[in-house]
Amino acid sequence: MTALALENLSIRYGTRPVVTDVSLSLAPGRTIGLVGESGSGKSSIANAVVGLAPISAGDILVDGVGAVGRGRRAREARRGVQLIFQDPYSALDPRMSVGDSIAEATRATGRRWSRSERDHRVRELLERVHIRPDRADDLPGAFSGGQRQRITIARALAGEPQVLIADEVTSALDVSVQGTVLNLLRELQQDLGLAILFISHNLAVVRYMSDEIHVMCGGVVVESGPTEPLLDDPKDPYTRQLLSAVPVLGERMTFEEHVR
Amino acid sequence: MSTAPRTHRLMAPVTALARFNDRLSPRGSFAIRRTGRLVASLLIVVLASFFVVHLVPGDAVRAALGPTAPVGLVENTRADLGLDKPLTRQFTDYVAGLFQGDLGTSIQSRQDVADVITSRFPTTITLATLGFAVAIVGALPLGMAAALIARSTKGRSANSVISGGLGVLIAIPDFLLSALLIAVFSVWLGVLSPAGWGDLRSLVLPVLGLSLGPMAYLARIVQVEMIKVLDSTYMTTARAKRLPQRIVLFRHALPNIVTATLTVGGLLLSGLTAGTVIIETVFAIPGMGTTLISAVQTKDYPMIQGVVLVFALMVLGVNLLVDLILITVDPRTSISEG
Amino acid sequence: MKRLVGPAGLAALLGAAVLLLITYAGPGIWGEAATTRSVSDRWTPAGAEYLFGTDDLGRDIFARVMVATRLSLLLTLGATAIGVSGGVVVGLTASILPKYPRRLLIWLMDMLLAFPWLLLVLFFTVIWGATATGAMFAIGLAGIPNLTRLVYNLASSVSGQDYVRAARVVGVGPFGILFRHILPNIANPLLVQVSASASVTLLSFAGLSFLGLGVQAPAYDWGRLINEGIGHIYTNPMAAIGPGVAIVFAGLVFTMIAEALADHPGQGLRSVAAAGRASLFPRGTARRVRTDAAAPSGAGADPGDDGAALAEVTDLSVSFPDGEGGLVERVRGVNLSVRPGEIVGIVGESGSGKSLTAMALAGLSDSTAIVRARSRRFDDIDLSTPLSRKEGKRLGTELGIVFQDPLTSLNPALTIGRQLTEVSRTHLGMSREEARQRAESGLDAVGIAEPRRRLKDYPHQFSGGMRQRAMIGMALTAGPRLIIADEPTTALDVTVQKQVLDVLHRAQRATDTAIVLISHDVALVSGFCDRVVVMKDGEVVENLDARRIREEARHPYTKGLIACLPDMRSDRTRPLPVIDDRPGTGEQDGGTPKVGAVFGAARAREESPL
Repeated sequence: MTALALENLSIRYGTRPVVTDVSLSLAPGRTIGLVGESGSGKSSIANAVVGLAPISAGDILVDGVGAVGRGRRAREARRGVQLIFQDPYSALDPRMSVGDSIAEATRATGRRWSRSERDHRVRELLERVHIRPDRADDLPGAFSGGQRQRITIARALAGEPQVLIADEVTSALDVSVQGTVLNLLRELQQDLGLAILFISHNLAVVRYMSDEIHVMCGGVVVESGPTEPLLDDPKDPYTRQLLSAVPVLGERMTFEEHVR
Repeated sequence: MSTAPRTHRLMAPVTALARFNDRLSPRGSFAIRRTGRLVASLLIVVLASFFVVHLVPGDAVRAALGPTAPVGLVENTRADLGLDKPLTRQFTDYVAGLFQGDLGTSIQSRQDVADVITSRFPTTITLATLGFAVAIVGALPLGMAAALIARSTKGRSANSVISGGLGVLIAIPDFLLSALLIAVFSVWLGVLSPAGWGDLRSLVLPVLGLSLGPMAYLARIVQVEMIKVLDSTYMTTARAKRLPQRIVLFRHALPNIVTATLTVGGLLLSGLTAGTVIIETVFAIPGMGTTLISAVQTKDYPMIQGVVLVFALMVLGVNLLVDLILITVDPRTSISEG
Repeated sequence: MKRLVGPAGLAALLGAAVLLLITYAGPGIWGEAATTRSVSDRWTPAGAEYLFGTDDLGRDIFARVMVATRLSLLLTLGATAIGVSGGVVVGLTASILPKYPRRLLIWLMDMLLAFPWLLLVLFFTVIWGATATGAMFAIGLAGIPNLTRLVYNLASSVSGQDYVRAARVVGVGPFGILFRHILPNIANPLLVQVSASASVTLLSFAGLSFLGLGVQAPAYDWGRLINEGIGHIYTNPMAAIGPGVAIVFAGLVFTMIAEALADHPGQGLRSVAAAGRASLFPRGTARRVRTDAAAPSGAGADPGDDGAALAEVTDLSVSFPDGEGGLVERVRGVNLSVRPGEIVGIVGESGSGKSLTAMALAGLSDSTAIVRARSRRFDDIDLSTPLSRKEGKRLGTELGIVFQDPLTSLNPALTIGRQLTEVSRTHLGMSREEARQRAESGLDAVGIAEPRRRLKDYPHQFSGGMRQRAMIGMALTAGPRLIIADEPTTALDVTVQKQVLDVLHRAQRATDTAIVLISHDVALVSGFCDRVVVMKDGEVVENLDARRIREEARHPYTKGLIACLPDMRSDRTRPLPVIDDRPGTGEQDGGTPKVGAVFGAARAREESPL
């Protein structure tokens, strides 16, 4: 059973290929990490899956249903995927109360909600992400970065997705707050059986979160496999380069004497 | 397969053109876009000036000559203007005339419109050019100084005085400012001539009246841009090099405000062109502006057509010039649009 | 709207009230005086009886100015309304059109934007004849391109935001996005612009009436009154100046309203004022705001301080005006010293004061900052006093700076060559050719191929990693003794980060330059530096040997910082520990995360709103 499947996905912007022939299959309750540097195509995949960017070839299946195009079936399938953004400061409408932002996202369930049902749901979701429900009427400006990121997670959950895409969700946060957000994602996954596509440039974070890792470089997956074996014995030279570039606490870096 | 928004079939040529444009270098693409704009603008200007006569409700010639004019005169004038011919023929005649420098004949004075414009044009272009030069040359140091004062810790009152003064200069209508200048310098001090056009002394007041308002406006833009530049990291880099203040300001800061200043300045200049109309009226200068106003008041359509056309060409020319300067000055030519 | 309270807002409100009152009651109060003719009083100069004098029919000009307020303002508002509604409709339409039709529309509007408003207005006037309403429509229509461009720019900056994308993901349609997200977010800047454009419209109207093409007799507005008065400027200047004052007043009121509505009304001015006060009475004010008296005195002490320091600050504090007359102390009681050739890391989160400390050490604090220290020196140069020419020269060559974002720290308008040669040229007195060769070898040293050709490039022609290497090359050209690098690799990819660090390391090895490296990444700092200074909330928390950081860290904050982020050895089966250094304050966070409480009651320490 797969919650999300990419089949030979390719994306082009104009004539420039951004993602070439990427396939993956993500089961419920599991996490796949996409790791790579800026411009490697990770975020383009995220945008394509939720329908924010067109694809040029291949297919995207959500729960076995084609999620590409403007048809009704595809749109409904896409509702099963929600996206969490990198920058919690631009991800919430500054003029809309956080409760309203979350309430708006209940549209993605495709059901009609009465006012009281919706209010109830908003409070429930805020509690889920450890924000006091009585703050639903506050504007985003009243929250700190970590709290905002938790609110955007609540908004993503409001669509009752099977799949969450976390696109660099901790990059804009302070170190001490990042852990809270990562822990929350893991907790939600356990409770709700979510499938998570976890995208980050930070290899250590991806390693911590993912059951399986896909290493991307220049729009292509250069290596993929279960986390531990892959990182213990990387085959691809790029993966090795990436691994060796990650600083380790208290360990003197090895420096190359000639840079070119 | 693709979720790309489908555009209408009719948009295909535009789309193709835009795609082609996208593939060019930023600089080339900028040049193409601006040339395209110039051509389209020219077309619109010619069309607009042609249709002035036809868009007037009722009979334009009758309106021009007044209700008491004899029918025969009206008919003759219509024939003179070619208004009795079919519309397409009129247009081709008009365009053909343009290429030969023929702008028609004034209904009121029977003078050749092109001749009138040729005799008035130098005055107006001199006034506009001088006004623009004074505005730019004044605004740059004024705005830079204002920015430095605003950012210094001790310049509070000086800053208020400067921004207050600029605000008032912007809010004063240029004709009132000119009147005040006349009152002070011609009437009270008696040093400069209040009207007319000729020697250097008669130039001073009109040029000031024309340029002070735009200069104040531009100085504000320069101030805002300069503050932005002063707060940027690369200025800290320059400070870290402990270069002399003059190098920091003129080599590092100035080039970075030129683009914004020129872009706004270009727009301002088209406003300045309009200003010449008013200033010429105030100082009774025989230029294109006064010609235009009297033509509008007497409904002298051929004259209006001609002057509007030349004014518009002037503005287009200036915009083209600003673009050319921008391309050479700004290494990034990051002037992106759309 | 709460911002309207404040001196600027109050002035705007007051001015608007005066205008409204005159508009409403003017014709009732002065209507009679404005129309009463008195042949004997023709062209009476301004005086006690007639404030602005009388006109050629002996009518009181002051009364006429007051009465004209209504027509002048109504026409202005009418034209503004036409321009704004047109601009909003066209601009918003453009913002939801597909790419190419959108570009075409904007391109058309840009073209119209370049035409002088007066020509457009004259064009319409010729067609509709010279009437007040005609002029109103003409001016309104002529304003549409400008406002369209504005609305479009505002709307596209909003529609690029993640919250709009999020709304699209949950299935909100284009109109829903327009009305729920875009309009509310552009309303305020739009309002600002509307008030500003009202003052322009007012001038346009006055100009048109002045030319005799706007309001026609017997009706009159301010512009017509000036037109009538200007002929008599020699005998009674007030006849023209009076209505002129009215125009300027109304224009200023519109501008003030715009200022008051703007997001940062006079904020710059107020904070500058506060800084001015603070620099006059630095000690007193600072005492007042000093909150944390219990600064751990031992932690600030610097083990590296053995008298041979190349650069040092002791008891450093950096404060900023808070915009309300007080001061916020963002760095306090910090001691830091760097020995020759030593690599010191400063690690901390946003708001910890690490960059402020480094900039104070470099003598490059922002002009609004108030920096105090018992001592602050580089070698034998005292940084707390104004520098002599010679000292400036030495700092310019011996102290190199590298910033986080190389795109903004290199001047975009100057070639790389220019920026790399100017220190050698100004401070070392090198010839153009010598300086160029020095710059060339500088670029070569940081691993940039074809340095000679690259010197002619502008920064935007370099890739991110190359720009940062060029920046380091620039810092190296004059042979510095200390390089201060503020988050030099944060904007870069991890493999590029490695290259940049390699370059820095080699430079350090080759010349025995000291380095201060600032970062939020503990692992990076510990791997690159000899010594790590941990900062938090403007204070030094701990000062540790980089190799033994894991073992020697004592302070719970440092321990948390080390533990709370996953590294390549983290246990993947367990939740991450969460920093908790302020027990009892967890409640304000709105519910305590139940997970990962390793260091007591878990509280996600959030960044301060500063």
